[in-house]
Amino acid sequence: MSSRDDILGAIRRDRPAPLPLPDVPMFDEGRADDLLGRFTAAFTMMGGKMLDLPADGDPLAEIRARVAKAGVVISMVPEVAGNTVLDPELMPSKLENVDIAIVRAAFGVAETGSICLTERELGVNTLGYLAQHLIVLLDPADLVVNIHHAYHRPEIHAARYCVFHTGPSATADIEGVLILGAQGVRSLSILSLPRA
Amino acid sequence: MSMTDNDSSFDQNGKRLENAEATSRPIHAKQREAQPKGAIDRGNKPIDHAEAAKRFLAAPEHLKFHDERLWDLRQKRDKQMHGLPEWEELRSLASAIKEHTLTHLDTYLEQFEAAAIANGATVHWAKDGDEHNRIVLGILRDHNAKTLIKSKSMLTEECGMRHFLTDQGITITETDLGERIQQLDNEAPSHVVVPSVHKLRSDISDVFARTLGTEPGNDDPHYLAESQRMTTRPLILEADAGMTGGNFIIAETGTVVTCTNEGNADLSANTPKLHIVSVGIEKLLPRVEHLGVFIRLLSRSALGSPITQYTSHFRAPRRGAEMHIVLVDNGRSARLALPEFWTSLKCIRCGACMNTCPVYRRSGGLSYGFTYSGPIGLVIDPTFNKHKFSNLPFASTLNGSCTNVCPTKINLHEQIYAWRKVMADTHEVPFAKKTVMQAAGVVLGNPKLYRAAIATADKALFSLPRFALYSRMNAWGKGRENPATPGQNFHVWWAKNRAAKAATAKNGAVKS
Repeated sequence: MSSRDDILGAIRRDRPAPLPLPDVPMFDEGRADDLLGRFTAAFTMMGGKMLDLPADGDPLAEIRARVAKAGVVISMVPEVAGNTVLDPELMPSKLENVDIAIVRAAFGVAETGSICLTERELGVNTLGYLAQHLIVLLDPADLVVNIHHAYHRPEIHAARYCVFHTGPSATADIEGVLILGAQGVRSLSILSLPRA
Repeated sequence: MSMTDNDSSFDQNGKRLENAEATSRPIHAKQREAQPKGAIDRGNKPIDHAEAAKRFLAAPEHLKFHDERLWDLRQKRDKQMHGLPEWEELRSLASAIKEHTLTHLDTYLEQFEAAAIANGATVHWAKDGDEHNRIVLGILRDHNAKTLIKSKSMLTEECGMRHFLTDQGITITETDLGERIQQLDNEAPSHVVVPSVHKLRSDISDVFARTLGTEPGNDDPHYLAESQRMTTRPLILEADAGMTGGNFIIAETGTVVTCTNEGNADLSANTPKLHIVSVGIEKLLPRVEHLGVFIRLLSRSALGSPITQYTSHFRAPRRGAEMHIVLVDNGRSARLALPEFWTSLKCIRCGACMNTCPVYRRSGGLSYGFTYSGPIGLVIDPTFNKHKFSNLPFASTLNGSCTNVCPTKINLHEQIYAWRKVMADTHEVPFAKKTVMQAAGVVLGNPKLYRAAIATADKALFSLPRFALYSRMNAWGKGRENPATPGQNFHVWWAKNRAAKAATAKNGAVKS
């Protein structure tokens, strides 16, 4: 007998009497308003930076200014250009010299301040971790109320890799002192900008 | 914020951040002190938790920091709980979903396997830790892989994988900061979520100076964390294989879910061409829609943070890469057959029961002598070796706080008590404890003897010399003072103040 058969056999022999599976409510009553405000509050609490929208003028001005001063910048969005083009066949480890990566979120979660990225948004998955800084464009129309709604989105079923980022990489393993930039990006900035 | 709070990170509005596993206020040790080491492993001999705890209690800087740090996590958890009106409903849902899944575990495992294979992953089954380690070695050999980067996994600790693979010539690099600290210090993790929480910054500075070549005496956490980032990254970029655990796996889609703060699991899985997942069979959930309940509870319970920085879903291998999933039993199916203990399989390893436990906070995780410590350790460690861990169920005050904070509503304190009965019935209780317990059983079972004994004991506690009270037979007196005795016991107080009134009230009620 294989280990598989042994394990399944032992479970079948000894499992407790079956118990029912409950339905999971969406828990969204009274929380569907001001999604961007809720998102911003949650996101900044997790160490993320919301970029300001100028009252008039170019909403991308701040990002363009950062790109101009940076080293290698890879942009996966049409709204703003980087200075290096991503080869999707590149070995993931080759992205270690990226200074800034710019991507668009598949969607965002207001409850937690999370943004969703998949291999489609990232091009090469390590872009979201090896880059020193990550800038994300988020269409406020792509916000869902909470995590329950997020798990009814198609991305989780369709993508090979699907990740929620909630702020930059962080650690507090040394005496509980919070450090932003553990192994992944040192900063995560979000600009609220409708899809082109 | 105090003027000396130079360590903290702040949000864009200047507010102190306390996400991830950060403290809500600066907690520092005042001075350097040698780190107390954990329980002494004597093979199959019972782990002496009390002996290790005594050494932890004798290190006041470590004790104070550890106690305050973990209580702060508990308080952060309470704050998150109060912010979520559906908290108790989520706990009930989490418990019910897990109980349903565990009572249908065979069919969900088969469904998971089929979905994962359809996604292009390879699924392996391991009956025990040894088979798990051999499977992982086999996968690495098949790919000619000699270097492995991995994220934190309690399962691989449970299986003793690192020692096994290292002996076979594989170079392993832990990429979680806390776990890396423990690896470099050649010490096991002391907590399932914050593996090096028993160490002060000065301890970590010493470990890094010795192993990574950092500046001796430089205790700055930012400097130490940055040194780890800079020394680990080249190893990540060059590794032949990557490994992660799994916080949850989804039967419907074959997805593996990890919840982390550092980005190291995503790097371990996404950088090399080979991703190996080690996961216990109890981590299953039926469908993606059930995941929301657990994601909302996990980090709030563990760290008092609404969510981890990264919630990652690995459904299928990347194009051109391979994904191998090792499903590990290692005693779980046997635990499922134990009527009093099977619900311990609902555990999602958040560590909330450890953070709240007064014994854990004052003894440190290493004094339990195994991967799982604190209340959940008392309940599951004996299933791995009943004799070796026979003392652990007594490392509890049975106050029930663990049960109250558990996000999946495991009745931890009742299971701890049930284990004490098992140990007594199977003669695993040490002589001193057994003799006292038998005497206590006789005394507590007889009201008259009990009252006489209490009156005598109160007098004795006033007058007995210390050497008699704090002897080897009195485990209570080890590491703590006996409680002050009241001048008068309840029975005497009642007879004097209430007995007459109660009699009047009772008679009155009968009359009317």
